Amino acid sequence: MSRFAAAVFALLCLPVFAQAGTPRGKLVGLVRQDCGSCHGLTLKGGLGPALLPTALAGKSVEGLAAIILDGVPGTPMPPWRGELSPEDALWIAQKLKEGFPQ
Amino acid sequence: MKRRAFLGSGLAAGALFASNAGGRAEEPAPRATGCLGLIVERASGSVLLIDNVRRAALGRIEGLGDLSHATAVFSPCERYSYVFGRDGGLTRIDLLESRIDKRVLQSGNSIGGAISDDGRLVAVANYTPGGVNVFDADTLATVASVPALGADGKASKTVGIVALPGRRFIYSLYDAGEIWIADFGDGATPKLTKFGNVGRLPYDGNVTSDARHYLAGLFGEDGFAHIDLWVPDLKCERVGQGYFGGQQRLPVYKMPHLEGWGQSANDLLLPACGAHEVLAVDLQTMGLKKRIPTHGQPVFCVARPDGREVWVNFAHPLNDIVQIIDVPTLEVVHSFAPGPGVMHLEFTPRGNEIWISARDADKVVVMDVRRREQIAEIAARKPSGILFASRAHRLGG
Ligand code: HEC
Repeated sequence: MSRFAAAVFALLCLPVFAQAGTPRGKLVGLVRQDCGSCHGLTLKGGLGPALLPTALAGKSVEGLAAIILDGVPGTPMPPWRGELSPEDALWIAQKLKEGFPQ
Repeated sequence: MKRRAFLGSGLAAGALFASNAGGRAEEPAPRATGCLGLIVERASGSVLLIDNVRRAALGRIEGLGDLSHATAVFSPCERYSYVFGRDGGLTRIDLLESRIDKRVLQSGNSIGGAISDDGRLVAVANYTPGGVNVFDADTLATVASVPALGADGKASKTVGIVALPGRRFIYSLYDAGEIWIADFGDGATPKLTKFGNVGRLPYDGNVTSDARHYLAGLFGEDGFAHIDLWVPDLKCERVGQGYFGGQQRLPVYKMPHLEGWGQSANDLLLPACGAHEVLAVDLQTMGLKKRIPTHGQPVFCVARPDGREVWVNFAHPLNDIVQIIDVPTLEVVHSFAPGPGVMHLEFTPRGNEIWISARDADKVVVMDVRRREQIAEIAARKPSGILFASRAHRLGG
């Protein structure tokens, strides 16, 4: 979905049902499935490190969001810019630190 | 409670067979396992027991824990399957009774495993804390625990484990950049052979169907680590430098797998890491024969059992397409869309049919291989790996 379409979709959906079917729901699926292929479906770690609140306790939301957007060069962690907006990355980083929704 | 549920599904499967055999419902008909297999349902911690001749699911077995990335091996008699879960769970499934037979939680985080050629040892490779745990295949009691401390003394994730003839296992140390062989030929204490400096971040490894060539894919390096296991003085060499011709690699959204790689008599077809290409490698010289342009970044390159074709799936976000490479010409000859989120492909043992999991459509598609047409569909919850019991008789398991 283009960013514009996503924004329109969010606007349309917000007042009625803020949860199901919104782009946030899509993000949850993306993190569980596609980040999960390296970090584990339960985010307990795999080829990539654990992304659980305890593991990320000392790290800033902004720093984590930057890693999500730009990746870690020289490692398998890919940049997600293009796929994810800066707001998406901040939201994911925040939720990872809090405990990611199912 | 759980046990009753398993027994229930076992009975259901048994009943299904019994009714087909002429309605002696009390007594399940004798059955065989050569056409059975498992479909991993990654999100719900369950597997579907399937029959690839009837093209049907026989029952669901639940309670296997976190199965993202899960894989399985089979006992030589094809009765038992050992499923390796992400949460470190090792589960022995009885395919005849359609139930969990035994289950142990062996480590924090595992990635895959192998069964020894004599069927007595099951080895599990771990991410955390790293290292390889080896279990008695009958009791699942621990036989040995082999830490993976690299030359730098640090624990390493272990990947790409396969069995070699003579109760041996070979695997790669991801962080340390090493390859080890653990030889259980003399009993429970392994003799270790270590190869250092094999290259940066080996992310997976596999052995050719004759158990001669072990290759490990290197992340962020141009080429593979290779050991010829038939020569008397084993050594690990870098092959295929220049496979990528110095081109910039793309970000990798899903690591390619070397399991099931495309092997024919002369060539090995490997998924490139960070490029929309399949690499054809000459097995005699280990030199690059061709970079075959593909639809996306390949994940699995699975050879039809006769080696004539290799079927390829791709990484997110191009994971709705499968392409077929003709091995004699090394060209893509067909592309099709079996469903969204294609995770895995498994041929029937003689290659007449192929099963393809479409995770995001919650189904597995069965195709006639020659006609390239869908002939059946099996409903499954977020299916990923498809593993047939006939794998029991393949080297490497
Ligand atoms: C292809 C494998 C792969 C995928 C897919 C992947 N990651 Fe990573 N990720 C890694 C690896 C490997 C590292 C460790 C990099 C290093 O060595 O510093 C990492 C590191 C991270 C870190 C830093 C953790 C820390 O403790 O500093 C975050 C945050 C992260 N990933 C989030 C994500 C998110 C969110 C996604 C999905 C949008 C994702 N990753 C997808 C492999 C992956």
